Amino acid sequence: MEFFTFHDFMTYTKGITYLVMGAILIFMPLYWLYLTDRDD
Amino acid sequence: MVAQDQPMEKSSILTPFNVITSIILFVGVILMFLRFTRGIGAVTNLDNNNPWGLWIGFDLLCGVALAAGGYVTSSACYVFGLKRFHSAVRPAILTAFLGYALVVFALNFDVGRPWKLPYPIFVSQGTSSLLFEVGLCVFLYLTVLFVEATPAAFEWLGFKKLRTWVVRLTLVLTIFGVVLSTLHQSSLGALFMIVPSKLHPLWYSGYLHVYFFISSIFAGMSMVIFEGSMAHRWLHDKMDATHLAQSDGVVLGFGKAASFMMMGYVGIKIIGIAVDNNWHYLSTGWGAWFLLELIGFVLFPAILYGMGAREKNLTFIRIASLWTVLGIILNRLNISVIAFNWQLPSDLRYVPSFMEVGTTIFIITLGVVVYKFIVTRMPILYEHPDYKEEH
Amino acid sequence: MAISRRKFLGCITAALGTTTGAGALAHAASNKDFTGYPDSFGVLHDSTKCIGCRKCEQACNEVNSLAKPGKPFDDLTVLDQKRRTGEASYTIVNKFGNPPVFAKTQCNHCQEPACASACFVKALKKDPSGAVTYDESLCVGCRYCMVACPFNIPAYTYNDPLTPKVTKCTMCLPRIKEGKLPGCVEICPREALIFGKRDKLVTLAWEKIDRNPDHYFKHLYGEHEMGGTSWLYLSQVPFTKIGMREDLGVTSAPKLTSGALGAVPIIVGLWPVLLTGVYAISKRKEKIAEEEQESAVQNAKDLASQEMKDQLLKLSKKMTKEKETAIANGVKKALVEVEEAAKKAEQAAADAAEDATNPETTSDDSEKEEE
Repeated sequence: MEFFTFHDFMTYTKGITYLVMGAILIFMPLYWLYLTDRDD
Repeated sequence: MVAQDQPMEKSSILTPFNVITSIILFVGVILMFLRFTRGIGAVTNLDNNNPWGLWIGFDLLCGVALAAGGYVTSSACYVFGLKRFHSAVRPAILTAFLGYALVVFALNFDVGRPWKLPYPIFVSQGTSSLLFEVGLCVFLYLTVLFVEATPAAFEWLGFKKLRTWVVRLTLVLTIFGVVLSTLHQSSLGALFMIVPSKLHPLWYSGYLHVYFFISSIFAGMSMVIFEGSMAHRWLHDKMDATHLAQSDGVVLGFGKAASFMMMGYVGIKIIGIAVDNNWHYLSTGWGAWFLLELIGFVLFPAILYGMGAREKNLTFIRIASLWTVLGIILNRLNISVIAFNWQLPSDLRYVPSFMEVGTTIFIITLGVVVYKFIVTRMPILYEHPDYKEEH
Repeated sequence: MAISRRKFLGCITAALGTTTGAGALAHAASNKDFTGYPDSFGVLHDSTKCIGCRKCEQACNEVNSLAKPGKPFDDLTVLDQKRRTGEASYTIVNKFGNPPVFAKTQCNHCQEPACASACFVKALKKDPSGAVTYDESLCVGCRYCMVACPFNIPAYTYNDPLTPKVTKCTMCLPRIKEGKLPGCVEICPREALIFGKRDKLVTLAWEKIDRNPDHYFKHLYGEHEMGGTSWLYLSQVPFTKIGMREDLGVTSAPKLTSGALGAVPIIVGLWPVLLTGVYAISKRKEKIAEEEQESAVQNAKDLASQEMKDQLLKLSKKMTKEKETAIANGVKKALVEVEEAAKKAEQAAADAAEDATNPETTSDDSEKEEE
């Protein structure tokens, strides 16, 4: 994908980043559960 | 509890509180009618040079900053493990939820086509905008706060299973709350990073987002203290022994924390002046106004907080909390209204109309009424007898 | 194991490929210069040629079918007051100084539009033609675009209660698509407005300045302001004298906010880690404290129970002793009693023997008892 304006570039990359952020917010608590569910 | 509050309310409907609030609410409904039949132009002094006024500057910016008590208190208790703040969590979460709900309610007055408010999230995502970030976070955080506030309602209604289920999510919700709050509190400041040409250099900074985030923390603490002292005055009979026993500790602890945080804030504000070399502005009229805000409404209340925490003087801390809250309001209004468009000739500057002020008072009153309704019914200031010693 | 080694090497190559590829992209992203849409259009406004006839205002009004103003367009007294763009006037000509200098204002169609960068529903966009377009159907009416615009161009129809919208110059994009000139450019009688490719206009403007350095102020306004604009301006006097700000800087709007926007994902990535860490530490501390407390309590309990046991033992010993003495005493007592009873019995037997020798007394006694 080619971008001619920094604004278009930001819109595109931030769009992807927001999806990544959502994935992180869901994944991290689950991974924490995986790490700790055998404690005690 | 039911037995306690029933006779009080039934016996005197014509209390001064009820009379004043109903007048305000009545006027508010008229203003709402005018706004949606005659347009924004008919009720506000907004114009093409001043597109944001009191409704954004106060209702949105101050509303969000002062509702920060929710994430500050819940993270202190559940993440940082300061269990002595436990009895302060519920009232703080409730106030935060009401605060955000009212912010969104107020936005319906201010934006041109309020029914399109879900558009940025569900229809067309303008991801390059900081306002998108704010909107997304406020939407998500309002949801988080709602879920966090439900256990009180479930206890009131007797939904035991639902309550247990939600309580199990406490930690995740608290951490989500802190993440989302960090983001939108700071992004509200970053909204103004796009206008170096309109905001006075003393307030404009590359650190605006940091300033907004840090100040939201002590704004939240101050609001918890201030609200607590109000509740002690008017809702003392609704508090249980745990709440009363912990409340002095909450006041002292938050007072000390806020004091230290505010000193740090003064420091980073000075750093902001230094990195942009804005010293020369301090000798102007705007500089005096800036120093009034920074010294008069941050440094002084910070010192008063500090004295109160050292001397264990709750009165000092309570005064300092109100002082700090006023300082936060001054700061947010400076950035959004007063020091915004500072270069425009005075006849083009914005001054809110009486109807804008009236609408804002209406919204605050609405918040107080709903808060009172909930606090007199649900286990907020006391623990429900069925769920004691559970946490 | 040859296959697996080949597989392994393949994986390595693929991994290397991705990482280097990603590296190159990241580099491009952080260091790339965006120069705007090639062949986009622009307009050069030579304000030294403008005579303030307001024909452009009139043409704009007609092309966009806007509300007719109170005073007609040939009434030049309107120029005595400084005006700005509004919902019924996408372009404005203002008069400055004496002898008068005129300058036309309208949307500058930024190369990196602040309004589009600020818009959270993508209602405002930079079109490849150069025009910054507005889509009313998406607009929520937050008016952040108006806040963001460094030129104070967008206006809002505040008095429309239900369908208010942002209004601004469209660069006559519909007309451009038809191959026509923008309304204002077409009507300008003095060629103060020149429409063309922006790149060419920049060259043309500098040629004009170079050819006539005494006539022009040596600055092409819009070439770099806020990252550059599609509309470009020439003037005889410094631009501040014709109401244009020279302190806007060259940083484009999206660059001004990219730092704060970039902090957002990092916070999302790190806050959960740090906060959960803080939680785990505080929980661990709590657990240790609890354990310490428990063991302390246990110790105290143990100590106490030992003492208690000792005491109990003592007590029971004491009790047994007492019991024994009590029993001994009881036995003694009983023995004494038995002895006494025996004595009494002997005594009684002796008495009885005496009574037998004396029967009368006995019968009397028995009669009394019967009564």
